[in-house]
Amino acid sequence: MVAKINTHYLKEYDLRRNFLPGNSHAWLRELREAALENFSNTGFPSPRDEEWKYTNVSSIERKLFSAVQRDRDPAGIDPALINDYAIDNALVLVFVDGFYSDELSILRELPSDIIVASMVDALDQHAEKIEACLGSALKNESNGFINFNSALFSDGVFVCISAEKKLEFPVQLLFVARDQDALSTTRNLVIAEQGAQCEIVETYISADDSGYLTASVSEVLVAENACVNWTKVQCESSKGFHFGGLYVNQQAYAQFKHSSFSFGGLLVRNEVHAELGNASECTLDGVFIGAGRQHVDNHTRICHARPNAISREFYKGILDQRARGVFQGRIIVAKDAQKTDSEMNNRNLLLSENAEIDTKPQLEIYADDVKCAHGVTVGRLADESVFYLQSRGIEESAARDMLTFAFANEMVEKITNNNLRGVVQTELLNCLPQSGVKKEWL
Amino acid sequence: MLSIENLHVSVEGKEILKGISLEIKPGEVHAIMGPNGSGKSTLSHVLAGRDGYQVTAGKVSYKEQDLLEMLPEVRAREGVFLAFQYPVEIPGVSNIYLLKAALNSIRKHQGLDELDAMDFLSMVKSKTKMVAMDEQFLYRAVNEGFSGGEKKRNEILQMAVLEPSLAILDETDSGLDIDALKIVSDGINALRRDTRSFILITHYQRLLDYIKPDHVHVLANGRIIKSGDADLALELEDKGYGWIEQAVGA
Repeated sequence: MVAKINTHYLKEYDLRRNFLPGNSHAWLRELREAALENFSNTGFPSPRDEEWKYTNVSSIERKLFSAVQRDRDPAGIDPALINDYAIDNALVLVFVDGFYSDELSILRELPSDIIVASMVDALDQHAEKIEACLGSALKNESNGFINFNSALFSDGVFVCISAEKKLEFPVQLLFVARDQDALSTTRNLVIAEQGAQCEIVETYISADDSGYLTASVSEVLVAENACVNWTKVQCESSKGFHFGGLYVNQQAYAQFKHSSFSFGGLLVRNEVHAELGNASECTLDGVFIGAGRQHVDNHTRICHARPNAISREFYKGILDQRARGVFQGRIIVAKDAQKTDSEMNNRNLLLSENAEIDTKPQLEIYADDVKCAHGVTVGRLADESVFYLQSRGIEESAARDMLTFAFANEMVEKITNNNLRGVVQTELLNCLPQSGVKKEWL
Repeated sequence: MLSIENLHVSVEGKEILKGISLEIKPGEVHAIMGPNGSGKSTLSHVLAGRDGYQVTAGKVSYKEQDLLEMLPEVRAREGVFLAFQYPVEIPGVSNIYLLKAALNSIRKHQGLDELDAMDFLSMVKSKTKMVAMDEQFLYRAVNEGFSGGEKKRNEILQMAVLEPSLAILDETDSGLDIDALKIVSDGINALRRDTRSFILITHYQRLLDYIKPDHVHVLANGRIIKSGDADLALELEDKGYGWIEQAVGA
């Protein structure tokens, strides 16, 4: 099997090598080829790998995805679709099957000390900055998808906020999947220099209900005192495969706030790995919802590498029918990361007898003066809550729908951007039974 | 309004109510008092339709219908309201959403149209004043982070919005300080009507200083052992439940 996939993707690389962004840079060719070689040795991750124990990606291996032609125009993408998901006032960079679309994107004027560009353009104009940083948040990573992405990424977004600058509007990365069997590999790099601030929204949607593979990798470098707010909204098609990795490096006093809403996809793996510098703060919130035969894996790792850092993690899962969810919350507290303050929580709601969740909090503490709390629950809706709503005249099925919605909506309500919150709430209602919840009353 | 005849109720095979009979006419306020474990809350739950209780004998008719045959939500739509002793917190759903969903499901049952959004809002806002509640509470998640007193006031607000025919208040006075008790009582008094009946379930007499009942019943060990007027409550306060239990040999 490995041989067959390798041949396919090696061929894919050979076909594309001259069109891949940054191919004129020797350093990037080397990086891609090293990654390709690693990938050809390992292939995609196997369940034998402890980190992939509950998520078997052989269904991805069995299909052989190919990148679409990069010069295809985005005709056929309904602008109304973009409109539904684009955040008001945001700078929106739209990608179709992994390629930037100028026509669909919504650009805004930027101050001279802030760069927001497609990776293709950025590798032309800001190659030195990218060379210095690309891959630096991946030093502790070894995973077939990352190598796959490094070798084949077709485009992506580069953001660089100069020291002490604040980007006044959100930057939205809107990835639209269209073609059957398409391969969408994008690589994003976000650099917030010392004291800089920005807000990123990463959205995945599909134009058709096609089967395709998204393999996206984002690196975020948050320098001293900088602050990055990152929301991911994943609404892939019911046949779509999604690997999305977010790798964060936080320097001293840096803040990173992440909210992940994982609603779509047939097989989904969301990875968030953060390395925390001295007195930095990291917040990871997440909601994942699965129904039918969906498989949704949230793999998080927070490494307290330096003292005095704070991390807060709260993920909620809702699984119905035969869906399967995975949550891995790994917290590593290094030997000299004294005074670490860490809390992790994962709560899951199983709506059917056949739904399954594998949840694995994992604390590895090598320091002796730390505060680490964790909690996991797996359950059904509380009878008392259902009865409370019934006693107010709401029928049982509607009461259950309302409580299920409420379970997830508690996380959605933390979104401070009103427009983004509305978009996420609409998606949430789309993927839950709706009879009990009226959007217009919310 | 409500007629309870020889009601026997068990929980997990253990008999809790051992033959309760009670007749409540429109507009009446009945207080049911009794020591802990006497079956007061069981009675309120059975009337509201909570699962987990087996009615082994007796019947309950409400507005000439068999109450025990109705689903809890149907009881609510027909005008039965239970103010919970421990109101449930629902993070993720706002108070105003719950009020709207509840009121509209009751209106639908009555064959009425959904209330216009503006009319609804001004109606609800006027009712928040009745329980001295800040309007901001409408936009907070249902009971989440509310103090004990705020939760009880929120129950009365729901009652004011839903305008039931029969309100069962389960230990609404418990955990309230004097100020909150007065606000809650004023709210309840403002809702008294000739067509609306109340069952006040309470452990203490002090609620009855504010809300004068027409009838007082003492529930002990699953039976009503004594009924009387408001003076019975005062006597109980004075002498305690032990006195009456001995007197009737319960």
